[in-house]
Amino acid sequence: MGYRELLVALVRKELKVRYKNSVLGFVWSLVNPAVTIGVFYVIFSVVFKNPIPKFVLYLMSGVLVWNMFQNGVSAAVSSIIANAPLVKKVWFPREILPLAAVGAAFVDFLLQSSVLVVAFVALRWRVGWGYLPLIPLALVVALVFTSALAIWLAAVNVRYRDMQHFLGIALMVWFWGTPIVYAFEQVAHRLHAHGLSWLPLLNPYTIICLCFERALYNRRTYRSGFDAAHHPIYSPILPGHGYLWYLGVLGIVAALSALMLVGAARVFRKLEGDFAEEL
Amino acid sequence: MAAAIEIEGVSKRFRLYHEKFTSLKERILAGGKVPYEDFWALRDIDLRIEAGTSVGLLGHNGSGKSTLLKCIAGILRPTTGEIRSQGRMAALLELGAGFQPDLSGRENVYLNASILGMKRAEIDRRFDEIVDFAGEQVTRMIDNQVKFYSSGMYVRLGFAVAINVDPEILLVDEVLAVGDEAFQRKCLDKVSAFQREGRTIVVVTHAPDLVRQICTRAAALDHGVLVEVGDPNDVIRTFRERLMTGVNSAADVHDPSLVRSELSPLWHRVRISGVEVVYPDPRRETVRAREPLSFRIGYEVRPDGTGEAVGDLVAGVAIYGPMGQLVYGTNSHLLEQELEALSGTGSITFSFPELPLLDGAYRLTVGLHTLGGLQYDHWEQQVLFDVEAPGRDIGVVRLDTRITIEAGLRLGDRGPVFHRGEQGTTRDHTDGGRAP
Repeated sequence: MGYRELLVALVRKELKVRYKNSVLGFVWSLVNPAVTIGVFYVIFSVVFKNPIPKFVLYLMSGVLVWNMFQNGVSAAVSSIIANAPLVKKVWFPREILPLAAVGAAFVDFLLQSSVLVVAFVALRWRVGWGYLPLIPLALVVALVFTSALAIWLAAVNVRYRDMQHFLGIALMVWFWGTPIVYAFEQVAHRLHAHGLSWLPLLNPYTIICLCFERALYNRRTYRSGFDAAHHPIYSPILPGHGYLWYLGVLGIVAALSALMLVGAARVFRKLEGDFAEEL
Repeated sequence: MAAAIEIEGVSKRFRLYHEKFTSLKERILAGGKVPYEDFWALRDIDLRIEAGTSVGLLGHNGSGKSTLLKCIAGILRPTTGEIRSQGRMAALLELGAGFQPDLSGRENVYLNASILGMKRAEIDRRFDEIVDFAGEQVTRMIDNQVKFYSSGMYVRLGFAVAINVDPEILLVDEVLAVGDEAFQRKCLDKVSAFQREGRTIVVVTHAPDLVRQICTRAAALDHGVLVEVGDPNDVIRTFRERLMTGVNSAADVHDPSLVRSELSPLWHRVRISGVEVVYPDPRRETVRAREPLSFRIGYEVRPDGTGEAVGDLVAGVAIYGPMGQLVYGTNSHLLEQELEALSGTGSITFSFPELPLLDGAYRLTVGLHTLGGLQYDHWEQQVLFDVEAPGRDIGVVRLDTRITIEAGLRLGDRGPVFHRGEQGTTRDHTDGGRAP
């Protein structure tokens, strides 16, 4: 823990270096997700009709915390290689490097969250106040999960550079496998018919996104039509379970993430002795 | 005394993979086995470095000295054996490693210092000291991006940060030779201050003079094997005599052909058979100031079968003072004296019409080598001679000194003037003299 200051210094450096010599500076870290959200909105709300009301807000609820994960591990995977001169010449705990990449992604997430807050306030959206405590919990779990993968990927990538290429593809598949641009229940319902409704829950990031969506987006159903008697028919968006279910599944992911972190740290320890030679 | 660093049975193996087997296809064809060669950079090193000592690790290129330092620093992990160290360690392996060109000097100081293990509050406290140490130029540009720094400013700032980390153990790899002379002196001053404060210093170098200057102990490495540990003068003698020439070194045991061909294929093609000190008066074995002195170097050309005389030969001598400092060195090439093709036996004489040396016992180093630097033979400080020059002046040479006194103070019309003020010594550039 004595290296907390070093972590802070490296995160600061990461952010400073990224936008040095650019006019807009950190504004770029807002532009990127804003455009992503805009594109998805146009495609999934205008081009393809999407039944989810206020789709933009649904999208924002999940995509920011996903971005944190994606940007964190993408930067972390090459963090040891990118800092080769340092690794070869100075001793310091090397796991700080992937962690700093995650830290920078976390800071970006916090900045982007301000846009989310503005959007939710502007549209006078009623968030699930009771469920808001899920957010910090899910955020911590997301950080542990991201850090575990970041540390493991960074270490393995030193010897097998295939990792960084593989990761880009894996993240793309993973993104579409996580209910961010579509609703969890839209998929789970169909799988239910085959008795596979548990399948999407195997993806830890699904659970993290669900917690965010449950607390922020806060609509479990939408009106999908009317029956013969002109009564509205409701279709589910998010799992209809209560607080305990969310806490339970998040708890499982938390335990899993903690185990992964321990495992990743062990792999890292084992490989780090060879970093200076293999760079 | 407590040990600052304990090295026990440390070996380091590098795997050298054959380049052409890096593609996946070839790997599969090779059945997943990539051929490699093992290269042992260090073999079974045992070394105990006491707290508060300054140790020089000497070795030629590829001797493993830098690998050992990196193992001590924790950058490389030994294949076998163990290294224990006690106390905060700072390694100066490369100055300014990890400087971010796009960040300002100030930001880089903070970043680099925290990488070296300093707390933010500590850096705040020492910031001015660090920038000050780096020099005036750097101070002026501290808020500019480092990419606009000259390479000199870059390493000065790097050194300033590293040295101010306040380590208990300082590891230095060849980096003391940075910057201009004034900065080098500053670095050495800082190193001496560290020594006085009882910190431990490990210096890796192939410059024996640096070891003699700052180390209390030395260790010589040769092809990954620790050959000798002890008093710097003894170790340097071993290093110069045996390792640089590749004869009798431990490496010979492993692969004699390699050492000789790499270091001196010509070793003992010409031998120094003896050195005679020709004193001005044979009845007393001392030389007085202003008296002549000669050294006769006996040589012996070994027949190599072809019967050819040795044409490419340079003879050199170097005089070392009582404290082991180099006083003077020269050779026949520098003196523009072509040595004729030598064969058989004979002698080469170096004569000094007068020796302006002060009282003491001096040592002579004698070497025979090719113009390109391949050694035939080398005697490191084996020849002693005494200078008798009574007097109470100090140093190694006696310079002609005269004193005159003038009334009225008017400095500056004959050369540059130095002033001492609050900010230290300043030099007046306006009058005469060359620019600094």
